[in-house]
Amino acid sequence: MSTIAPSVLRQASRLAAAAPLRSARVLSRATTAAAVKTASASRSYVTETKRNNADVQAEHAIKLDHREMEKQGLAISAQNGSSQHVSPMADVLSNAIVMDEGQRPIYLDMQATTPIDPRVLDAMMPYFTNVYGNPHSRTHAYGWETDKAVEEARKHIADLIGADPKEIIFTSGATESNNMSIKGVARFFGRSGKKKHIITSQTEHKCVLDSCRHLQDEGFEVTYLPVKSSGLIDMAELEAAIRPDTAIVSIMAVNNEIGVIQPLEEIGKLCRSKKIFFHTDAAQAVGKIPVDVNAMNIDLMSISSHKIYGPKGIGACYVRRRPRVRLDPIISGGGQERGLRSGTLAPPLVVGFGEACRIAKEEMPYDSKRIKHLSDRLLNGLLSMEHTSQNGDPNHFYPGCVNVSFAYVEGESLLMALKDIALSSGSACTSASLEPSYVLRALGNSDESAHSSIRFGIGRFTTEQEIDYVLKAVTERVGFLRELSPLWELVQEGIDLNTIQWSQH
Amino acid sequence: MSTVARTGESAGKVLSLYRQLLRQGNQFSSYNFREYAKRRTRDAFRENKNVEDPRQVQELVQKGLQNLQMLKRQTVISQFYQQDRLVVEGGLSGKDKEGGKLRQKDTGWD
Repeated sequence: MSTIAPSVLRQASRLAAAAPLRSARVLSRATTAAAVKTASASRSYVTETKRNNADVQAEHAIKLDHREMEKQGLAISAQNGSSQHVSPMADVLSNAIVMDEGQRPIYLDMQATTPIDPRVLDAMMPYFTNVYGNPHSRTHAYGWETDKAVEEARKHIADLIGADPKEIIFTSGATESNNMSIKGVARFFGRSGKKKHIITSQTEHKCVLDSCRHLQDEGFEVTYLPVKSSGLIDMAELEAAIRPDTAIVSIMAVNNEIGVIQPLEEIGKLCRSKKIFFHTDAAQAVGKIPVDVNAMNIDLMSISSHKIYGPKGIGACYVRRRPRVRLDPIISGGGQERGLRSGTLAPPLVVGFGEACRIAKEEMPYDSKRIKHLSDRLLNGLLSMEHTSQNGDPNHFYPGCVNVSFAYVEGESLLMALKDIALSSGSACTSASLEPSYVLRALGNSDESAHSSIRFGIGRFTTEQEIDYVLKAVTERVGFLRELSPLWELVQEGIDLNTIQWSQH
Repeated sequence: MSTVARTGESAGKVLSLYRQLLRQGNQFSSYNFREYAKRRTRDAFRENKNVEDPRQVQELVQKGLQNLQMLKRQTVISQFYQQDRLVVEGGLSGKDKEGGKLRQKDTGWD
């Protein structure tokens, strides 16, 4: 579309150069002709060319042609309300290429990652510029000042979860924390040969399931607990699965695909009574729902920074000190982080993570109220369509994660139809393969239902306007896709799809 | 603004801080941050409008000033690294329905 702009300009400039004394009326007729031509070619915009100001000179037009991209940048910045002076030429060009504005999809995938809060970036910037010391250098002020900042960040994170700062170990993210906790505890207790059993659930994150599979190869036994159709763990089944040689139980706090909140207090109490370590992957929970490691008897917890508006590349593992949790570290080295995770810390990332946690604690009441309101609005709108259902327990789910199945519509095709909204079906770690999500299959959903679900993620920065846009877009396009579907026709006629004999051919 | 700050020059200070925060927050190039800044300042000032204790008012004003400094830095940075507009933002000359011109946006179908 933007290639039409230079042709408009060339035509206009040719007319202007050929007859500079021509009257304004003729010039306007020429520009009308050009506009009509472009209108018919592109069929979808009306330029707001100010005819009297369309004073195009040849050399200007040619220069603009070459520097179109820069002018486009200028035009966009002018539109964004900043106080930059825009030349009238750029104004004309901006009107001609107005089709390119407003193309970027709106972001509704907060479970995959979140934007960095400007306040977090503001806290990080000094550590990327002037304050560059290594926090482990004990001999000079450069090291001391970064060390001070790292310890302050550690305190913010500890305050958010109700822990002691000495119990926080910085890692590269929740995946590393999960690996460290599960493999570390299992290997430490497996060495003596006494405790060789691990319990986890079928809806865990891939990194937990993969760590457990790896440990199975090393000789451990793993029980993958099934979940109820609401996504919650059955406490009776968990109790039945516990054996005398169970070392660790790992259940995630908030599921990243369906948003269900597991009963952490009950599980923690059960594990404490049986003297088993309780690990929880709280990457999606920390900073969003209140989490207290002492009230919930949590011994190990994985935290991720980029899920709470912090930078990517940093996370933390909470490792309880009283009663002491013994771990085999996966990364050996200079003994940093209590010997459990050696390696130089990145002060900017750590400080950003700490600031993100501090803001999350402060803003939790405000954010959760707002997200609940937006989520109710979205969910009511989606469920009011026919043949839609929510995946996950409707009472015990985090409002910011809405997972809805649209029957008789394929999930991937709906995502493509909704290409102006950034969404996901299933989680980011499973979206590369074409298989339906294992979490939805574990809920007992049929294959077709698991294929046709979409996950909407709402966060601190989502606006009501975006939610309304999404509702309108989804209603329209689901309707469109259903009209295309022959299964939908059959359903409308009242035929039960299970009774159909599909013929081979 | 509390009844203490409702009269006197501190009321003026609070009001001018509010206006400055709103004006600065509007300079973000990102739609989401812009809307959040406006919404959050409005809600924060509304929430604290009945605070009586002058020391607390002073504390809140200090926090507001720190946030204003942060906004000044971050809005400039966000303008350095701009991106295209979102589909949900209106055009430069207002929303689509103004001026009788319907700008059709071809999004999502082709």
